[in-house]
Amino acid sequence: MSGTFVGMPAFPEAASAATQNAQLRHNLRKATHTIRGKRAAVVSELDDWAELRAAGKAIKDRTLRHLDVYLEQLEEAVTAAGGHVHWAADAAEANAIVTRLVRATGETEVVKVKSMATQEIELNEALAEAGITAYETDLAELIVQLGEDRPSHILVPAIHRNRAEIREIFNRTMAEWGVPAPANLSDEPRALAEAARVHLRDKFLNAKVAVSGANFAVAETGTLVVLESEGNGRMCLTLPETLISVVGIEKLVPTWQDLEVFMQLLPRSSTGERMNPYTSTWTGSTPGDGPGDFHLVLLDNGRTDVLADEVGRQSLRCIRCSACLNICPVYERAGGHAYGSVYPGPIGAILTPQLRGTSSELDASLPYASSLCGACYEVCPVAIDIPEVLVHLRGKVVEGKGTTVERVAMGAAGWVLGDEKRLGLAQRAAGKARGLVPKRHLPGPGAAWTDTRDIPDIPEESFRDWWAGRGRGQQR
Amino acid sequence: MSDGARERILAKVRAALADVPRGEEPEDVVVTRGYVRAHTGGELIGLLVDRLTDYRAVVHRVPAAEVAEAVAQALKRRGVRRIVVPPDLPTRWTAASSVVAVADEALAVAELDGVDGVVTGCALAVAETGTIVLDAGVAQGRRAISLVPDYHLCVVRADQVVGDVPDAVALLDPGRPLTWISGPSATSDIELDRVEGVHGPRTLEVVIAE
Ligand code: SF4
Repeated sequence: MSGTFVGMPAFPEAASAATQNAQLRHNLRKATHTIRGKRAAVVSELDDWAELRAAGKAIKDRTLRHLDVYLEQLEEAVTAAGGHVHWAADAAEANAIVTRLVRATGETEVVKVKSMATQEIELNEALAEAGITAYETDLAELIVQLGEDRPSHILVPAIHRNRAEIREIFNRTMAEWGVPAPANLSDEPRALAEAARVHLRDKFLNAKVAVSGANFAVAETGTLVVLESEGNGRMCLTLPETLISVVGIEKLVPTWQDLEVFMQLLPRSSTGERMNPYTSTWTGSTPGDGPGDFHLVLLDNGRTDVLADEVGRQSLRCIRCSACLNICPVYERAGGHAYGSVYPGPIGAILTPQLRGTSSELDASLPYASSLCGACYEVCPVAIDIPEVLVHLRGKVVEGKGTTVERVAMGAAGWVLGDEKRLGLAQRAAGKARGLVPKRHLPGPGAAWTDTRDIPDIPEESFRDWWAGRGRGQQR
Repeated sequence: MSDGARERILAKVRAALADVPRGEEPEDVVVTRGYVRAHTGGELIGLLVDRLTDYRAVVHRVPAAEVAEAVAQALKRRGVRRIVVPPDLPTRWTAASSVVAVADEALAVAELDGVDGVVTGCALAVAETGTIVLDAGVAQGRRAISLVPDYHLCVVRADQVVGDVPDAVALLDPGRPLTWISGPSATSDIELDRVEGVHGPRTLEVVIAE
């Protein structure tokens, strides 16, 4: 078992392995279908969902098209409120900044709130090398950390584990990390959650330094926003003396008012709740209330490369709700690990190759980890046209690369389309979505294909024909 | 190191946006706010009660004159002996109860961990989503006191209830530390079975004073 994604096989092999794991398939199916149902129910309560979605999209587009302005505005506002702003061009710089800040406190332990940005830069590993232990405090992240495992879902990262496995992990490992699991721990979720509460309680009450991410950063006011459920976020954001937040530069929104849109879009799209149990917002530091020392680390790490691609840019609108994972027939069968990054599912299939490039076989195969059914676009609260970006990236993979990469890419496409039964039902279910997806005309290798039909409507045969045609074109 | 990074990142951002016309201002990117300000025009208190109950919070709706009685009853049912209160909590709210109310004067975290509960007011409540917002203002205290104790009793005045999220955002001051609370803490991380109560207060009780 490995805690990192380095050296992962390409998507088709990893996906094939996952589909043979019955437990994983069962868990994934239950999870995705349950959350998907809850989401649909609370979204249908709001008859202005389309207008909220359009506003969310437009606000993010405004932010991205003028990101330099908003970044400077955010820096000024955070600084004026008593915070300190740091800039990190890549993972190494961000890790070095956080390590230096923790060292300056003299502490060797930090508590962490679930944060995709810090997973992306592998901060825990970097801190460990510097002799600093990072404790994950979100229940699912704790399960992943104790099990020396990898997250498999954005919202419920330990969804590949069942209750018996979790009990076994707690019994075996909690003592090494601190307060041991209680004797006779049952595998009831309530008992397991209680064990996590007791295990982490001392850590929270004595923590001096916390590391978080943020769901939003408001440029106008310098306010950071974290949505959560368990209260571990509140603990980390309130009790320590020093708070370090690592935030991707795409997390900005221009104004405080803009939160009225995202605080409706995100909880309903994510957990399928009208509102998540806890949301914390803070601006710099407040004397006598919460951490006196606040540091914001603004992270690029490939985001400016995504920004530079006029088609791919829309990926940066993502608010990490995970609705696209829960609706995706490929994710449901392949599982999160097959995507080989902290960003799984449809958003991972477009974000990872843009953030990391497509030089590895895994990353080059990701744009093919989709049947282009379009369901992800339909549920996306900020209307990211994931199929459009996928096709665009396929074009780039084919343009730029030699036969090895093309072979694995075709392998991924073959995996997705290989078993007729695998996606048949999902394709039909996605039929509703077709009318919502605009007809597109794509440049490059996709052109011949998209000239004739809507992308979501591609039958298996024509996709293969297209591939066969491409192969010949390369040889000539 | 990070000074250089700032200039490098901003330069990369500007280079990446070379397709954006030079004269374009942020406001030129149209944001149409075609969504509604509130999803309900109906009775807000009833909706709030419904939403809070859905989150498995314990809710009471009482005339304003009976708040002290409702608070005393709730604390008694819970078997609470010592509570922490913000220094400016209206004394009449706890006047009918015999529990020991410790005013928070920068209590240590361990002391907060030693009390049985906390009583606070709030900044506002959002009916549509069943959300109570604390802003560290009057009758609320600093964030830690409503976090560490395992039981949170919150008094909401009827005139603090707004219809929906946009009205709440408009009224709230982002300069203050805010905590939006929608039911007790919860997790669905184990096989998606919902468990109420993890690290935050495991019981949320709300007294709505009309
Ligand atoms: S791409 Fe859209 S649906 Fe997927 S996680 Fe991001 S915001 Fe959610």
